[in-house]
Amino acid sequence: MTSFTPDEIMVTRAANELRNGEVVFVGIGLPNLACNLARRLQAPGLILIYESGAVGAVPSRLPLSIGDPCLVTDSISVCSMVEIFNYYLQGGLIDVGFLGGAQVDRFGNINSTVIGDYQYPKVRLPGSGGACEISIHAKKIIIILKQNKKTFPEKIDFITTPGFIDEKNQRKKYGMPGRGPVLVITDLGVYTFSEESFEMVLTEIHPPNPSIEKINDNISWDLKISDSLKTTKPPTEEELNIIRKELDPERIYLR
Amino acid sequence: MTMQQSVREYIRDGDTVVIEGFTHLICFAAGHEIIRQKKKDLVACRLTPDLIYDQMIAAGCIGKIVFSWAGNPGVGPLYGLRRAVEKGIPRPIELEEYTHFGMVARFTAGASHLPFMHLDTFYGSTLSQQNKNIKEVKCPYTGKMFATVPALNPDVAIIHVQRVDKEGNAQIWGLMGVQREAAFASKKVIIVAEELVESSVIRSDPNRTLIPGFKVDAVVIESFGAHPSYAQGYYDRDNQFYVDWYEISKDQGKMEDYIAQWVIGVSGRKEYIEKLGLEKVNGLKAGTRLAAPVNYGY
Repeated sequence: MTSFTPDEIMVTRAANELRNGEVVFVGIGLPNLACNLARRLQAPGLILIYESGAVGAVPSRLPLSIGDPCLVTDSISVCSMVEIFNYYLQGGLIDVGFLGGAQVDRFGNINSTVIGDYQYPKVRLPGSGGACEISIHAKKIIIILKQNKKTFPEKIDFITTPGFIDEKNQRKKYGMPGRGPVLVITDLGVYTFSEESFEMVLTEIHPPNPSIEKINDNISWDLKISDSLKTTKPPTEEELNIIRKELDPERIYLR
Repeated sequence: MTMQQSVREYIRDGDTVVIEGFTHLICFAAGHEIIRQKKKDLVACRLTPDLIYDQMIAAGCIGKIVFSWAGNPGVGPLYGLRRAVEKGIPRPIELEEYTHFGMVARFTAGASHLPFMHLDTFYGSTLSQQNKNIKEVKCPYTGKMFATVPALNPDVAIIHVQRVDKEGNAQIWGLMGVQREAAFASKKVIIVAEELVESSVIRSDPNRTLIPGFKVDAVVIESFGAHPSYAQGYYDRDNQFYVDWYEISKDQGKMEDYIAQWVIGVSGRKEYIEKLGLEKVNGLKAGTRLAAPVNYGY
């Protein structure tokens, strides 16, 4: 096994989840690396959509921001954000949405708004952007987030973006079109969600030193662990070459 | 019209103002002129406040922001905005917060002269409890409940475009975010363009016109006016500046020094560009990628 960093296995694990022909709503950072890696390997026909309006983007450099003109050059369409949110997202055309945030709880609800009280915040975070509606409408959501007791707390301070909301899965009550979060990929492992309690379940632990103890030290609730727990497939040499030499050679997002 | 004249004539203290551009074509030149003219108590709307609102907040021009994502795109937080929200420095600011879709719908309602827009989002999010402007409506056909947002009709929109003719017919290519809706929603529209072109150029490619001249109140030609953001086909983002801003914005003193030197300390965009220097400006110039021509004949 070639040695790799936690960021790199997060990217390759996320990339492995994508299938040729899927339509993906992409964010800047690790999800962007994952989508562009998948596009170079098993999913050359992956359609990358950025909320700024680029559809079928084929960025030849690492986009500096969500509105980077490199997303436009050679894309299949550029449209206004009215069309992106109404026709593409609310219209039900998005298969996979990637989301991050500052905190996630056991039901996959994400906080990217405030730490502390909303009116008098300890830390003011960026806010939703498009995350709330992406989570409601994309057919499935993959959450990518580094894991520690603070980012995986018992209770989050603000639900910016609904996952399953609670153990009853309130998505059904609201008639949300998307399934919600199906996968959480962290620097330590991979989680899916229970179909009974809608709670996160640990299904994979990352190599090279998989440790349930370490996972538990970095999560604030009593974690459910899958009976068929396995070790995450390590990045291949080919994947690492593409990430390191082509996608992020200056290691802007791979820290 | 010059930038100085247009800001003086159209923007009053307390006005609701939108400088749109979704990380692409952000009119920093107009923001800087607003700071120079010491405008106050502005209600500043934008999906992504970006560095320009961070600077206007630090300069004390803004009393409230209406937004959906406040960060330094691709880099980190906006510390000027955070300082105002968390500590009231240099003055407290009020936040009115939506999601991107919520802001898009507000501008769309505003542009359509409808009082509100319904949309399928916000459910399950704490946002709808914090923002009393997010309400609900029952669909008269299906009975399903939808979230609503009120129309946003700013007093003034400032839209940066690649080219315009003297009538104000404005063309954009590349990412166009929500600029068209922001312009149609606003009472007054200031177009700031990289280039003034003959009307025949505009009329040779009418599909590219985002805003027609008869909706425009002022035209300002300000080459490099969106620096340090991007202008497709003209220049790339000055990413080093966005990265440097991370450190500058952490400290109110450093931000004030920046504003003193680069905003108050120059008379306008021309002097700003001279200060940046030819090497910097030339280094950001865009490469060439021409579209295949189309035939508008019939």
